[in-house]
Amino acid sequence: MSGETSVDRIVPVNAATLPQAVAETTVGPDELPAKARQLWDEGGRMQTVYARWKEPRRLELRYLVSRPKPKGFETWIVEPGRKRVPSLADIWPLIGWSEREVTDLFGFAFAEHPEPFRLVLHKGARVEHPPFDPRASDMPIPVSGERRTVPAVAGDKEDVQLLPYGPVRADVVESGEFLFFYLGEHILHYHPQLFFKHRGMEKRFEGLEPQAGTVLAERVSGVGSVAHALAYCQAVEAAAGCAVPKRAAWLRVLLAEMERLYNHLHYLGHLADTTTLKVGQAEGRLLEERAKQLNARLTGSRFLRSVLKPGGLRRELLPKDWLPDELEAIRREAARYAQLLSDTDSFLDRLITTGPLSRKVAFDQGATGPVERASGVDRDLRRDYPYAAYADLPLTVPVETAGDAYARFKVRAAEIDASFVLMQRALLLLPDGPIDVPCRAHGGSHGLGWAESSRGTLFYAVHLGKDGRLDRVKIKSPSFSNWRVFPFTVHDSNMMDYAINEASFGLTIAGCDR
Amino acid sequence: MALWTLFGLKRGKATTRWPTPGQTDDGQDGVLGMPRYHPELCVEGCQACAEVCPTGAITIRENGRDGDGMLAVDYGRCVVCQLCTEVCPSGAMAPSGDWAFGVSRREDLVWAQRADALPAAIERPGFTRSLHIRHVDAGSCNGCESELQALNNPFYNLHRLGIFFTPSPRFADLLLVTGPVTNAMLEPLKATYDAMPEPRWVMAVGTCAVSGGVSGGGYASGHGLEGVLPVDVWLPGCPPNPAAIIEALLMFLNRKPQRVVGGRVDHGE
Repeated sequence: MSGETSVDRIVPVNAATLPQAVAETTVGPDELPAKARQLWDEGGRMQTVYARWKEPRRLELRYLVSRPKPKGFETWIVEPGRKRVPSLADIWPLIGWSEREVTDLFGFAFAEHPEPFRLVLHKGARVEHPPFDPRASDMPIPVSGERRTVPAVAGDKEDVQLLPYGPVRADVVESGEFLFFYLGEHILHYHPQLFFKHRGMEKRFEGLEPQAGTVLAERVSGVGSVAHALAYCQAVEAAAGCAVPKRAAWLRVLLAEMERLYNHLHYLGHLADTTTLKVGQAEGRLLEERAKQLNARLTGSRFLRSVLKPGGLRRELLPKDWLPDELEAIRREAARYAQLLSDTDSFLDRLITTGPLSRKVAFDQGATGPVERASGVDRDLRRDYPYAAYADLPLTVPVETAGDAYARFKVRAAEIDASFVLMQRALLLLPDGPIDVPCRAHGGSHGLGWAESSRGTLFYAVHLGKDGRLDRVKIKSPSFSNWRVFPFTVHDSNMMDYAINEASFGLTIAGCDR
Repeated sequence: MALWTLFGLKRGKATTRWPTPGQTDDGQDGVLGMPRYHPELCVEGCQACAEVCPTGAITIRENGRDGDGMLAVDYGRCVVCQLCTEVCPSGAMAPSGDWAFGVSRREDLVWAQRADALPAAIERPGFTRSLHIRHVDAGSCNGCESELQALNNPFYNLHRLGIFFTPSPRFADLLLVTGPVTNAMLEPLKATYDAMPEPRWVMAVGTCAVSGGVSGGGYASGHGLEGVLPVDVWLPGCPPNPAAIIEALLMFLNRKPQRVVGGRVDHGE
């Protein structure tokens, strides 16, 4: 275990949490590759690129960058004009996906893209104008015929079999299609065809009042309702320059950790299910259920919805008298449960060495959350770019190095422990005071918000129009990143391990597809 | 391995006795349901709730205060965001625990002063015993899936009620659909329905599947199942909790009465 633990500090009760500023730099299209290469050399990270209309017919690309030194987020603004903009996919493969999304949605193509295929729109989508093109109507884009781009697999094609699985798959799961190229039990190549669930959520924000956007953000990925609402609210708060009162910031931490708790408990139960531990599966699911019932008792929603808003909280929560005991009861059982799993040989047999992800691939491909931390990449937004009240609370960030399904299990199990410590501390020291401030962003302002969800880094970039309504909202979800890296652990593996490996990644499809 | 059996046995029974008659522990303590509409409390000229409603579930009636009150409320569009209850100055839209909103007639989700009688139970000859369900996610936010997966946890233990999820549509009696039906999922959804043997039924779970919710419409998706498949049970909710899903399934099986008529829970009682 490594990772910093911030020392306990005395809590300044009346101080408020101001959103961090994000530097902006204009970058010419020609200097972009050199700058991106330099960022890579410095150990920085390119998080996403998105497009927006600066003015009608004036497109602007915004690259979101995290720098190691001096530490901070930065936005690179590129105005293509008539110039070509080179693809950065060979430096930052994940950016290759974001670029394809820009091409699908705005019709802007990047030069020398190694994968110049559709991503969020399917092959069979009959597109007249890209959806964000001002000429586009808001009518549904029909999809018919071939939906997928099938990669060519070299070698003796007669022996290689193709198994297309989905988009409707066995069990109660999200829709997505997986293509397996296989020989017997051996998977040669794996290609997930996602975005069947693409709902065009980013476009649904357009024209809404910033306060109303929270309801939408909570419904981008249901099991990430708090993280999405939190990142969204913080983006609006950054645009407005408003500081959330202390009590609201602390309660936000409590909500975010309660979300992590039920998600991680679900994850453990799911892993026990794929390793055919029937009792283990039932125990995990029951713990998850109990956590969700606590959510409802606290907030009225099993998904902790309808509490956050830009400027603070929509209503007061009073957890102090009863929640600590309930959490402690679940903590004891969860700890015993995770220990029992760790003591079960058949469970360990299936996890150890399954789906290994090297540190290099994890970093290069932009893996995030528990997945990257299980491969030795020590990053966590809560510690590295603290928001809400995380800077004032003791946070342990568990890191493992083996990169296999077992390491991912261990990271999540340790994160459950860490979450309980955070929650109990937040409950113990919960300051009194107001829970919201007026928060109105000016027309034309913009802001960036982020949160470390139970699956990893989540960003919201929010731009307001002159009328003060939402003009462009960009969502970079953790599952978008982790679906990009996941196939690297499936190629050249075997069918028997697939379900366990997929469970160990803990992916959602709604978050990725949006 | 033996440890697991011991561990499990020592824990005893975790399953709730609900929905056995007389048992109340449905596990939904504190869960907020659809806001309850009290037309008599409505303030003249106030449109706060209709303005704040993100899905148009609440609209102002053109002919004003006659019979059905000033507002038209369609719970089939409600995403349970509670915004209307916060802006309402008079308690006309009030928080409630009304979540058991499964109905067999879409119009029963629309609030009405004079509601029809409860619909007669629909007999389904040759279909009286266990129920097999095929689920299709047609573009949900995964909140509905999370609650559907919860049905098989030890607390709700759906199997004890003779209700099962099946991997193949070939063995399914009921198609359970979530999500607003994205363009890309429209054909796979219809193909799944076509692959089911007759007689077959369809249940729309979640406000997205009922009416599109917050994600319906736009360039990428439709507005739920209306006009796509013949729906037998409508269950709005965002998401409907596991107990609401169980109530709706038991209603479909004629083992529980429909509880909502004219947009109100237990209207007839």
